[in-house]
Amino acid sequence: MFRPIADIKPGPSLGFTFDGSPMTARAGDTVAAALLANGIQACRQTPVSGAARGPYCMMGVCFDCLVVIDGVGNRQGCLVPLREGMRIETQAGRRHPDGGQS
Amino acid sequence: MIAINAIDQLAEPYDIAIVGAGPAGLAAAARAAELGLSVLLADENPAPGGQIYRAVTTTPVAKRDVLGEDYWKGGALVERLTKTTASYAPGCTVWSVAPDEEGGFELGLSLGGRARLISAGQIILATGAQERPFPIPGWTLPGVMTAGAAQIALKSSGLVPSGRTVIAGCGPLLYLLAGQLAAAGADIVAVLDTTPRRNWLSALPALPDFLRSPYLAKGLKLMAAARGKLSFRTGVTALAAQGADKVTGVTVTRGGKTETIACDALLLHHGVIPGINLSNAAGCAQHFDTVQHCWTPTVDDWFASSIPGIAIAGDGAGIGGAESAALRGEIAALDAVRRLGHLTEGQRDSHAAPARAELARSLRGRRFLDLLYRPAETFLAPPANETIICRCEEVTAGQIRDTASRLGVTGPNQMKAFLRCGMGPCQGRLCGPTVVELIAQVHGVSPADTGYYRLRPPVKPITLAELAALPPSEAAVKAVVR
Ligand code: FES
Repeated sequence: MFRPIADIKPGPSLGFTFDGSPMTARAGDTVAAALLANGIQACRQTPVSGAARGPYCMMGVCFDCLVVIDGVGNRQGCLVPLREGMRIETQAGRRHPDGGQS
Repeated sequence: MIAINAIDQLAEPYDIAIVGAGPAGLAAAARAAELGLSVLLADENPAPGGQIYRAVTTTPVAKRDVLGEDYWKGGALVERLTKTTASYAPGCTVWSVAPDEEGGFELGLSLGGRARLISAGQIILATGAQERPFPIPGWTLPGVMTAGAAQIALKSSGLVPSGRTVIAGCGPLLYLLAGQLAAAGADIVAVLDTTPRRNWLSALPALPDFLRSPYLAKGLKLMAAARGKLSFRTGVTALAAQGADKVTGVTVTRGGKTETIACDALLLHHGVIPGINLSNAAGCAQHFDTVQHCWTPTVDDWFASSIPGIAIAGDGAGIGGAESAALRGEIAALDAVRRLGHLTEGQRDSHAAPARAELARSLRGRRFLDLLYRPAETFLAPPANETIICRCEEVTAGQIRDTASRLGVTGPNQMKAFLRCGMGPCQGRLCGPTVVELIAQVHGVSPADTGYYRLRPPVKPITLAELAALPPSEAAVKAVVR
């Protein structure tokens, strides 16, 4: 889990939901950073064993930050900038190229 | 600078397409544009700077000394680019690079959920580095991250781990991060140093050069800052992350004794290695660098790859750090401009001379660091069978060793066919080096003799919706299916 540093530059915040719960984060955050800042550590379950995973590299390499964003699955949360009103969900089950879940 | 925010704003063909907006890509794009060429700089991240200068124009970290003076140098590189006519496309993924029929190249790009093929005369890959895989039992637990990940969260979002934090591994970036996080107010309960003591022996011959290098003063300052404030434990020979569905502690072995330290975040770092997926998939020859201990694209003095027209600049062609990356970008750009006929060889050489001199200076002492901080065998090829190696497909060290010895598998591509390691979405980025290491160990050969994954475009998964947006041309089929 992460928290903002003490003397962070003030900035506007954005509202979004994660698995239905309303949350806010700083404008400029990526989806993965916004989740970490809200105490969310796990954002997907693996297709093989169902184990919980969360962001590992934050730079587009590991794909452990995969989430469903506004109904589109398998998005790399660490590369997508957060937008107002985003509906973010846990990525569960087997990966389908177009985001469906099973 | 022309900002490209939608895929139909791309005004192809470009003289030069550059992939990656870290120091190498920024410098290459600026230099080529200053010389009057049309340039596209495509970058996956939302803002310029790469990872080392991540968010340098947008960071919410107000106190400059938290990130250190070197970080802010990235601002000048971005500013230089903004004064040119180069096109810059953030949030743009390049998933394929292939020669076209006219002697140029075709790039497969995705931006905002849409894909497109564009053409360019010359290509400079500046895709930088990634963290070396650090496979230990439990490294897939939420709460275990790379040191680089924590640094990115700090730079781009002003975030620090909120609970008890343990940092483990070795190398200059680890000590830098420890200092930065401490300055930012994180609760660092331990720094677990894995530097193998016998590395001093192999590194010693390179020491004189290091002593005359710019690294020395910087390094000593870093170490002093980190060590003064933090609880350092050296001689660490084994690590395991503990926890059920998130990390709750780390088990540490040193001097034959094992203890468990409770923590809420575990940050791992064993140095960085070139990100080679795009250059590998484009067909650029690669070799195993025995000093940096990693697969590296083979380049010449102008950072030209084995494929004429594709250059690889910056850490993606061997780790040299931010300063050297910018210089290598500059030099690669001059040669690309020369190849396009806008500079003579003589002009290229004289333009490049100052950058070359600087480059030699910036790389001095590197060898010492590479040898000193080379991770121990037990971290490169984990002995514990249950250690997950391929995070995507959840393939363990035991399975890989077993398949290598029982079924006589001698190379990573064959291993992929048996165990699916490297077939998940990360396409081997986090298992490739370890799979190679384990196979090499089982058969008693070197990683160089074992080879590496043969990669194919697209190097990032693209969706059916993106594919559907591509024209149904032969080129499109070739870019995606091989
Ligand atoms: S956290 Fe690794 S790809 Fe997003």
